[in-house]
Amino acid sequence: MIMADNFLQQVMEESGQPVNLCYQCRKCSAGCPMVDEFDFPPNMVIRMVQLGQRDALLKSKAIWMCVSCETCGTRCPNEIRIAPIMDSLRAQCLNEGITPADSVTVALHSSFINSIKTFGRLHEATMLMAYKWKSKNFTSDLDVGLKLFLKGKIPLMPKKSRNMAKIKEIFKEAGK
Amino acid sequence: MGEIYSYYPGCTSHSTAIEYIEASLAVIEALGIELRELPDWCCCGAASAHNLSSALALGLSAFNICEAQKEKTDLLIPCAGCYNNLSRADHALRYNPEEKEQLEKLLGFSYTGEIKMLSLVDVLAREKLRPAIRERVKKPLADLKVVCYYGCAIVRPAEITGVDDPENPMRLDTMMADLGAEVIDWSCKVDCCGADLGLTYPEKTAKLVNKIVDYAEAAGADCLVTSCALCEANIDIRQQRLPILFFTELMAEAFQIGDRQRWWKKHFNNPANLF
Repeated sequence: MIMADNFLQQVMEESGQPVNLCYQCRKCSAGCPMVDEFDFPPNMVIRMVQLGQRDALLKSKAIWMCVSCETCGTRCPNEIRIAPIMDSLRAQCLNEGITPADSVTVALHSSFINSIKTFGRLHEATMLMAYKWKSKNFTSDLDVGLKLFLKGKIPLMPKKSRNMAKIKEIFKEAGK
Repeated sequence: MGEIYSYYPGCTSHSTAIEYIEASLAVIEALGIELRELPDWCCCGAASAHNLSSALALGLSAFNICEAQKEKTDLLIPCAGCYNNLSRADHALRYNPEEKEQLEKLLGFSYTGEIKMLSLVDVLAREKLRPAIRERVKKPLADLKVVCYYGCAIVRPAEITGVDDPENPMRLDTMMADLGAEVIDWSCKVDCCGADLGLTYPEKTAKLVNKIVDYAEAAGADCLVTSCALCEANIDIRQQRLPILFFTELMAEAFQIGDRQRWWKKHFNNPANLF
């Protein structure tokens, strides 16, 4: 039980959300656009946080399939926003060195933030190449990429922020 | 009007949303509003940074608030995703003393709270601008049936975006009616398009997108109208039935300004035959 309390406390602190107020009305799961892809629906995620089922949650697919659309939080009668709870769970998964249930999503996000770390801004062409390499998925959407390029929507040259030193500091402070 | 705003372009202004930015700048100029691009800015973290570290997402967005504060004018953020991230950081700086202290220390600035984060809808869909917009319409969008698709980022969380109604926002609807379009009420105004899943799992995004477009078709719409670059990309790329336009492209069409034929060609579903 001590473990459970610590986990609940940590999630509540990191997310700033009153997880303990949930009374399982399931409005969150009824409106979730991604619920078909979740192994545990949003209402169950909340219950599992309350019960301290840490391992199952950190290894779940649900935490990576949530796109933070905030529909659940908007409709929750107890004003619990699940998106920041998911942020806390994802960060715990990565910080604990647990293998994420969905490596493709992690590959995208880490390629994306690496682009910001390098240029201060997103450079689509190199980010997409890094993502393809990391996810070992070389073939999907090549036609879409080519079309976007031909429409002038994927610039070749990156644009850089000026104060890269400060941006590096932000990454360092966040431990990334 | 003589209004001046600072302007945060965001990364997609040079890439996937280039037609949105060109149309928006043309409309803003036509309405006599002056924009001053921030001398320095970085990516807000988009839909990625918060997935790996909330501190990173907050830090990157706050970097831009720190830059904007130096300019002393409210900050206009046309990209819905950037607007959402910067508004979250501004909310944290304004209401969370602990996070404020950490961010001030990290960025070496003192947050004053004097400037506001504004979406393009916040600026262009104001009540007081309606007469000027109606006056500027040269070719009303008569016979064009539109559904307004707000998506997530300019809507939720409502306490951060200050949206008029998170389940049934009306500001784009009102504006489209002012341009002469036939605005249709429908059920998917604030549904999610799948966001960044468009890159990782196109087939899952296509499922969400096709549901939205099914409803738009059933409502009898000729096209969808949005203010979000990610919604536009997902809906344009993942279906071949209805065009989706940025709201400022339709403003430019009604005003008869800007390089519209070139913008139409930037879409996967070319909207040219609507006009």
